[in-house]
Amino acid sequence: MELVKPDLGLLIWMIFSFSVVLYVLIKFAWKPILKALKDRETSISKSLLAAQRAKDEMAKIEFGNEKITQLAKLEKESLLKEAKEIKNKIIEEAREDAKLEAKEIIKEARQSVEQEKNKVINEIKNQIATLSVDIAENILKQKLEDESKQKKLIDDLVKDIDLN
Amino acid sequence: MYRFLLNITFVLAILIFNQENIFANDNSTEKDPEHPQEHNEEHEKEGFNPGDFIFDHIRDSYEWHLFSYKGHHVAIPLPVILYSKTKGFISFWSFKLEHGHTYHGFKIAHEGDYENKIIEVNSHGEFVARPFDISITKNVTAILFSCIFLIFIFVSVANSYKRREGLPPKGLQSLFEPLILFVRDDIAKSSIGEKHYEKYTPFLLTIFFFILLNNLLGLVPLFPGGANVTGNITVTMALALFTFFITTITGNKNYWSHIFNTPGVPWWLKVPLPLIPFVELFGVFIKPFVLMIRLFANISAGHIIVLGFFSLIFIFGSMNPKLGLVVSPVSLVFTIFMSILELLVAFIQAYVFTILSAIYFGMASEEDH
Repeated sequence: MELVKPDLGLLIWMIFSFSVVLYVLIKFAWKPILKALKDRETSISKSLLAAQRAKDEMAKIEFGNEKITQLAKLEKESLLKEAKEIKNKIIEEAREDAKLEAKEIIKEARQSVEQEKNKVINEIKNQIATLSVDIAENILKQKLEDESKQKKLIDDLVKDIDLN
Repeated sequence: MYRFLLNITFVLAILIFNQENIFANDNSTEKDPEHPQEHNEEHEKEGFNPGDFIFDHIRDSYEWHLFSYKGHHVAIPLPVILYSKTKGFISFWSFKLEHGHTYHGFKIAHEGDYENKIIEVNSHGEFVARPFDISITKNVTAILFSCIFLIFIFVSVANSYKRREGLPPKGLQSLFEPLILFVRDDIAKSSIGEKHYEKYTPFLLTIFFFILLNNLLGLVPLFPGGANVTGNITVTMALALFTFFITTITGNKNYWSHIFNTPGVPWWLKVPLPLIPFVELFGVFIKPFVLMIRLFANISAGHIIVLGFFSLIFIFGSMNPKLGLVVSPVSLVFTIFMSILELLVAFIQAYVFTILSAIYFGMASEEDH
């Protein structure tokens, strides 16, 4: 029976010493330990959160970079295209200009040729005229050596003149 | 491990030195050196009594018996502190009462209501009264020792938390951190709930480690272990009282309304005869009572079984020394097995006591929903 009979003296000692242990441990052990554990947990979760945020930010930056590169690429392409267009345009224009100039030159050439030709023709005409006058002179000189022939000629000429 | 080693050395010692003495069943005049209760002189001449052997090991005593050698028992004397109406406060060492001696009119009773307790006797040796007894007994010493040990260990762990702030745990710290986290997360948080668990965690940690340490020390047969602290009903009663008072004091409105006006119960069970409230109120006291009995019974039973297996050697030995020799290896294997099982039980019982306390605290602080 002694085994299941509580003993007052032991109970007093037990309650006394357990209360002391409880007080001392709560004050000097559990509070700092639990606080340290909690602090560590919060710092870990904070760090994890910060890491996640940094990761997100990195991703964002990377995405931005990609966007920028893409934009740059696009711009480069458009610039190239534009340059090409400008080049083509310049070439085209040059060609056009060249064509026009050529035409002008040709035209001018043609004009000058024509002028030259006309000049030459005129000169030829003049020479021919002088020549024919000379010839005619000579012929006339020959023909008018005798009187009769002179007379006949005058007659012919008079005949030709219409008196109206 | 210690019990295992002690068992081996104990058996070897018996076999080598005292074989004739201990296994002699017919020699009633010879002293039995391995008898644990030879300080009870009248028992010395009897054969081996496993009941007394076991009981002597699990009960509280006024001295700390270490070992016996050739009839002399070596014990650490502990202070006896008494208060009697006639003599006032009196204090002396326990060895004054050895072998049934009477000192200043006090002696240890061998029979009656106060068996193995100090009683006051008159000059004729007749019982006068049981004095108010606050002696530092074996269990008190063990409790004080474990208290100092707990304070020392956990204050140093707390200091290393302060010193190594933000660093991973190291040494003792890393030994106890998983247990502390286990009590906090798996016992306190899961049974009490996110909202209120922080208030109760320090107490739960204290009872968990107190019970665990004393369970383990109870398995160590050498000083300062070997006292049956958590298998003592007074100790478990004190622990259960703490749980009971904390539950009762911190119980909120919802807790008391569940007891006196249990929801979800037909009215005729409450009025005019408050049947359910009566049962619920009874439950308030039953819960800590069960806590007390469970821890006491589990630890005591474990010790009794270990010692029982061990006693088999002497029971058979007292029939025939050779039989004792044959039985001893078997008994040893069983004892070792039980000791290992007890190691497991030490953890389980500490866990069970703590989680049940946590569940009661959870009931006390549960909010209406």
